[in-house]
Amino acid sequence: MCGIVGLFLKDKSLEPKLGEMLTDMLITMSDRGPDSAGIAVYGTDRDGFAKLTVQAADPSRFAGLDKALGQAIGADVTCRVIDTHAVLELPEEKMAEARAALKADRPDVRVMSAGEVIEIYKEVGLPGDVAKRFDIPKLTGTHGIGHTRMATESAVTTLGAHPFSTGGDQCLVHNGSLSNHNSLRRKLKHEGVEVETQNDTEVAAAYLTWKMREGASLGEALEAGLDDLDGFYTFVVGTKDGFGVLRDPIACKPAVMAETDQYVAFGSEYRALVNLPGIEDAKVWEPEPATVYFWRH
Amino acid sequence: MQTYDLAAEGLRGLNEALQAQTAQTNETAWEVVNPRGSHAIAVGLDAPIEVQVKGSTGYYCAGMNQQATVHVTGSVGPGVAENMMSGTVVVEGDASQYAGATGHGGLLVIKGNASSRCGISMKGIDIVVHGNVGHMSAFMGQAGHLVVCGDAGDALGDSIYEAKLFVRGSVKSLGADCIEKEMRPEHLEKLADLLERAGSDAKPEEFRRYGSARQLYNFDIDNAY
Repeated sequence: MCGIVGLFLKDKSLEPKLGEMLTDMLITMSDRGPDSAGIAVYGTDRDGFAKLTVQAADPSRFAGLDKALGQAIGADVTCRVIDTHAVLELPEEKMAEARAALKADRPDVRVMSAGEVIEIYKEVGLPGDVAKRFDIPKLTGTHGIGHTRMATESAVTTLGAHPFSTGGDQCLVHNGSLSNHNSLRRKLKHEGVEVETQNDTEVAAAYLTWKMREGASLGEALEAGLDDLDGFYTFVVGTKDGFGVLRDPIACKPAVMAETDQYVAFGSEYRALVNLPGIEDAKVWEPEPATVYFWRH
Repeated sequence: MQTYDLAAEGLRGLNEALQAQTAQTNETAWEVVNPRGSHAIAVGLDAPIEVQVKGSTGYYCAGMNQQATVHVTGSVGPGVAENMMSGTVVVEGDASQYAGATGHGGLLVIKGNASSRCGISMKGIDIVVHGNVGHMSAFMGQAGHLVVCGDAGDALGDSIYEAKLFVRGSVKSLGADCIEKEMRPEHLEKLADLLERAGSDAKPEEFRRYGSARQLYNFDIDNAY
């Protein structure tokens, strides 16, 4: 069992409250996943710059990281440390160089996400505690996805928590379990797609990244997943300007969606949605099995 | 009328109060406000009382019901009226998966749509869905009636025993050993009674009946691998 929440804002006036609303939804889903929690937030796009969110068990490893990376790529890098995570901001075209430099200089510092707008925070612990550590209620943005984890497939670790990001500004969270992730991991490796953990969900994320790299849209990649991913899943996926939902054909993992003029919201249960503005008059429905739902800004 | 504010007073108090009612109770009308998608609202009731839930509920609303009438004005999560023995449960909105699962008796009415596995392993319950039902509905249904005024999803009545299924709209596909059957006068009569009790104005003649081909009852060597 796991809990998923997601919010895709249509009304810009709600953007300052994205973190606050997502945190409330996430905490409501604590009893579906009390062992770890994570959140991906899509914030403001600063032209020409990109963000690299990194994690280290010991935050002292972030000391001097901005200078070291700045020197390696020959550009200014800013570093904002939040508990065990740090958000590095750097020129967009230097991202690949920066990641290579990070790997060489501090291999124990792990990348959570990379992209123009995405930031991912995830840790072991109760969702409320995780949200507090990273000050999630203060985050602003256009859309976000959160996950509360009750591990079934791999260990309870920071890296095993969701969301998983395997491509620029992409992220995926999952409720369920995949049965063919080992063979798919080998296939992806052959295609040159890196999967870092033993977690089944990361393989699904990497699969979608690979499909999109081959030219598929997120919708098409999810559609292809219906044939290639075996197991139980409710996925919620984010891209720079998009938000998607897919359930497997058996659809035993719960899902509820709500839509108003102001937002599209996802919850594993209706409970997660009850504090959203105008929920009483929202269109509320259960997403159909094996059906791709997708919204874009 | 007793009014219970679930958000203020908590779930355990509600179910204790409702379960404490006896056949002789004078407190026969209850209203539950602020359900906010909570789980296990009004479960295990065993008295002829009427409970109205004002809003939407989470998992297992009105489970194991006996005698009571539970009316939900919103939608319900998975497993509404699971294992109901008798009484009536009415949902004004939609129902999530496995509505009325394993029910032995009573009447479950869903005025919106029910999703997958509606009436799974039903054992005598009557279920009337005004809208559509999802895939694998009435899976392994043993007894009782499932009436669908809209359409049915894939694999309707898979591995069915003796539950009787009536569908007015289309059936996406029939499950293993489920076949269309002749609608006889006694079926039309039963259907008319169920539709009336469920507040539906659909005509019994518009429905088709489905049930077991009874080919899975006994071991057949040709089915062995």
